[in-house]
Amino acid sequence: MIVAKTGNEALAFAMKQINPDVVAAYPITPSTEIVQIFSQYVHDGLVDSEFVAVESEHSAMAACIGAAACGCRTMTATASQGLALMHEMLFIAAGLRLPIVMAVASRSLSSPLNIHGDHSDSFASRDSGWLQFFCETVQEGYDSLIQAVKIAERASLPAIVAVDGFILSHCMERLEAFEDAKVRSWLGRWQPNWNLLDWRKPILVGPATMQDYYFEFKRSQIEGMNRSLPIIEEVQAEFAREFGRGYGVIEEYRTEDATAVVLLMGSACGTMREAVDSLRAAGEKVGMVKLRVFRPLPHPILSKTLARFKTVAVMDRADAVNSYGGPLYTEVTSLLYNLPQRPTVLSYVYGLGGKEFTPDDAAEVLRGALAGTKPELVTYVGVR
Amino acid sequence: MARLKSWRELPCGAIIDDPKAVLENKTGAWRSQRPVWNREKCINCLICWIYCPDSAIMVVDGKHQGINYVYCKGCGNCAAVCPKKVQAITMEQERK
Repeated sequence: MIVAKTGNEALAFAMKQINPDVVAAYPITPSTEIVQIFSQYVHDGLVDSEFVAVESEHSAMAACIGAAACGCRTMTATASQGLALMHEMLFIAAGLRLPIVMAVASRSLSSPLNIHGDHSDSFASRDSGWLQFFCETVQEGYDSLIQAVKIAERASLPAIVAVDGFILSHCMERLEAFEDAKVRSWLGRWQPNWNLLDWRKPILVGPATMQDYYFEFKRSQIEGMNRSLPIIEEVQAEFAREFGRGYGVIEEYRTEDATAVVLLMGSACGTMREAVDSLRAAGEKVGMVKLRVFRPLPHPILSKTLARFKTVAVMDRADAVNSYGGPLYTEVTSLLYNLPQRPTVLSYVYGLGGKEFTPDDAAEVLRGALAGTKPELVTYVGVR
Repeated sequence: MARLKSWRELPCGAIIDDPKAVLENKTGAWRSQRPVWNREKCINCLICWIYCPDSAIMVVDGKHQGINYVYCKGCGNCAAVCPKKVQAITMEQERK
């Protein structure tokens, strides 16, 4: 079925098809429509979900944790300040290994107040223990949300699926949607390992641990994240077999014989493809590497791929405020540091607060990557 | 003391699937105030039994049998919910 939908409409539609047991959410721009449209599905009886209209994002995540602990397939959506308000609950969801799936319409953080797209919100949640997927298109957001349910449940980890605020959340694209029944049968029922409401098998959830056990539980949780990469690849393969669209954890675009590439995430990959095409037409050996999965960081694939090039320009749609380069940049340089031969890596920060990132800007980054050096550690693209 | 488990042996999500595990945790040592129960005044309404967070109110055949000081951590909920006209439980300073 081919339809025209905005990112928010597509994510809400995916949620309808997933038919989660519980959705607890609070509205915030630019993700509001996801749950607004979903609440209409609830009203119209198109889903079986229990919709909990809570009083804040903190409560939304708390309700999601409670529902998931009771064995419910649970989803929510948020952005920006809402994700920031959930912050402490994110760690609890991950520590309890609850496969909550959350759509995020990526947005900047105040102050100054700004409702437009950048990755500051998800990056600030980096160490909370959630899987994080970044999407280039509305189609990818729709596909990723469906995949995320299966990945999260198989890995016993919560997952964020991020689409860039406004750029994807509010722009209409062509969407190839599946049949409800096909999505539901592909996902099947979630069989949780435990369920707080199972009175025949009483358990304690969320115990206190002291110096003797806290670190061991965290080590176990870290292992859960370490082992999630093959699960993601497995689910992506199953998805491709069933629905005919394949995704990798990274994607290379025109990297054959390239000397310089740009690594980035999200909707700007589309802009970068245009720029790569125009520089290629002028005979330049440039390409793009798109990173789809930020957590778990796909160590082996990413380092093996990036090591092939002379220069890698890493683009961050968030800043780490006086860190040695943007947040993704520092991860990439750490990843490559111990390799015997490593590329030159350049840091670019772009598009904060939705600042426009044009094909000309993208071409400028590619030319910088070809040059291989630049005067400053971090280049702030398009800042006056 | 039992051998401490390695991280590889721990249940996913830190759930405790053996409810008896709490028996090993003698929370009575935390107490700074001690509830003292008066058998003569008690009317066996068992409201304290409902409210006690540590199941430290001992009951046999629907009759109050006193307080289990091995687990009672002295929160005072039982004294607070004991009906005003009854006041069968009073809190006293714990002497160590």
